[in-house]
Amino acid sequence: MKNLRPDLAAIAAHVEPGSRALDIGCGDGGLMAVLEGEKGCDVRGIEIDPVLVERCVSRGLSVVQGDANTDLTEYPDKAFDYAILSQTLQTAIRPDRMLDELLRVGRRAFVSFPNFAHWRTRKALLMGGRMPVTRALPVSWYETDNIHHVTIEDFRDLARAKGAVIERAWHFANGRAIGRIGANWRAEFAVFELSR
Amino acid sequence: MAAKAANLQFSTRVTSFVQHTSATYQLPDALPLDSGKVLESAEIAYETYGALNADRSNAVLICHALTGDQYVASEHPITGKPGWWERMVGPGKPIDTDRFHVICANVIGSCMGSTGPASTGPGGEPYAMRFPVITIRDMVRALVALLDGLGIERLHCVVGGSMGGMQALSLAANWPDRAARVLVIASTTRHSAQNIAFHELGRQAIMADPAWAGGDYHTTDAKPDNGLAVARMAAHITYLSEEGLTDKFGRRLQDRDAKSFGFEADFQVESYLRYQGSGFTQRFDANSYLYITRAMDYFDLAEEHGGKLANAFTGTDARFCVVSFDTDWLYPTAESRHVVHALNAAGAKVSFVELSANAGHDSFLLPHEQLDRVVRGFVE
Repeated sequence: MKNLRPDLAAIAAHVEPGSRALDIGCGDGGLMAVLEGEKGCDVRGIEIDPVLVERCVSRGLSVVQGDANTDLTEYPDKAFDYAILSQTLQTAIRPDRMLDELLRVGRRAFVSFPNFAHWRTRKALLMGGRMPVTRALPVSWYETDNIHHVTIEDFRDLARAKGAVIERAWHFANGRAIGRIGANWRAEFAVFELSR
Repeated sequence: MAAKAANLQFSTRVTSFVQHTSATYQLPDALPLDSGKVLESAEIAYETYGALNADRSNAVLICHALTGDQYVASEHPITGKPGWWERMVGPGKPIDTDRFHVICANVIGSCMGSTGPASTGPGGEPYAMRFPVITIRDMVRALVALLDGLGIERLHCVVGGSMGGMQALSLAANWPDRAARVLVIASTTRHSAQNIAFHELGRQAIMADPAWAGGDYHTTDAKPDNGLAVARMAAHITYLSEEGLTDKFGRRLQDRDAKSFGFEADFQVESYLRYQGSGFTQRFDANSYLYITRAMDYFDLAEEHGGKLANAFTGTDARFCVVSFDTDWLYPTAESRHVVHALNAAGAKVSFVELSANAGHDSFLLPHEQLDRVVRGFVE
């Protein structure tokens, strides 16, 4: 668990041992491997990049090459205890519909995303007058996959509008967990655990 | 330099040499067929590689394609060519015979030692067209009987490309306890109208050859080689991609500087197809081609399971891996996604990857490092 990104480590730490999980946008399968190896979970993944899928399959993980925007419909209702979406919500064509799908296929959902309201982003926009390129958002506006920038408060609003219950939330800055006070200013990333 | 070259040669020889055993299994009982008929005293010819462990848990069954055979990693007795998947199966290869006991059997209906139309029927004469029509599930039923005979209750993995993938899926759907892992490459769960159309073209080419003689060419001096060659030529085109053909041949001429203004094989691609066609007649039986293409055309896994593909896999605890190639237009990626969708709906553990390769359907037989890694990772 030590080598995981902080948001993934937070998710890994709070998934119930032995549960069933779907990791949407699983990348090279780092989180999946931890959930299978250390928590005895039954984990499946979806990843759009065939090179990453091959890497996952080569390490024995069950990963399907596919597009989270369209392919979640294949899974039955509540097929998983957890649907996990890390650093992917902001790339979705319709994040609201994706959140619906997460809460349909999973009894609970973990969602992590970069917080666009972090002070560094605000400063870059306020002072520079240009779309921020920061440590958390390192890619220029014209080539970033992040087509729906979102803040922590935006996400809370969306969850409320979708009738989702925020079970728990974690906030991170400088690679470390921080408290909830002023999180929408201070946090570079957030992780939410939701249910409905 | 000389020493290095000698070493290299030595290591090549070692790695290309795979210990194998050839055997034939006589089925103890008549084999019931989907048509309602039975096949009496059928035989299955098979090859094995690598040792079976004490608890018989390390067996990997490889299912071959339409014109394939059991010689997956051993020299073909007629052509003398190396095994058709020798780059995948052997010591240290992705399907490692140092660890796994690999079994590859000739399907029933074929012509390399298992019972088929060229085998002697009840009257003492070859079956020819009196051989019963078989299905993919019948082929697998015979393979399961072989596993019973070998005392293998549960395969570590069943692997197949193309028609071999159909057999792997059929085994998983109909005998779900018999395989822990199911690897399906460049395959489909049903033959499309286009697939059937190409097969019908091939069958008609055979049956239009006067030498076919209603299938009874064993009574004459001739064989329907012309018809079989045309069938193979047509089918071979479906195994390649336009891109692959263009890369390999383009519009280049064969052994000449100018067009002949005649109907010789002016173009390299023509010469290649003629070579493929005539070479095929040396090693394959025309009636077997009719029967096996029929079995593939009849294949529709959903139809066998109440019209819903997911039903075929309900309750399975096997792990699945499905691989397609982006230039395969015979069994395109959409067909693989279709089975992945059904497996997800059934809650099965499934992996799926579309690999990039320019050789079309045949890519699964050709060198492909990503495929090697996927196969090795999944079979482990």
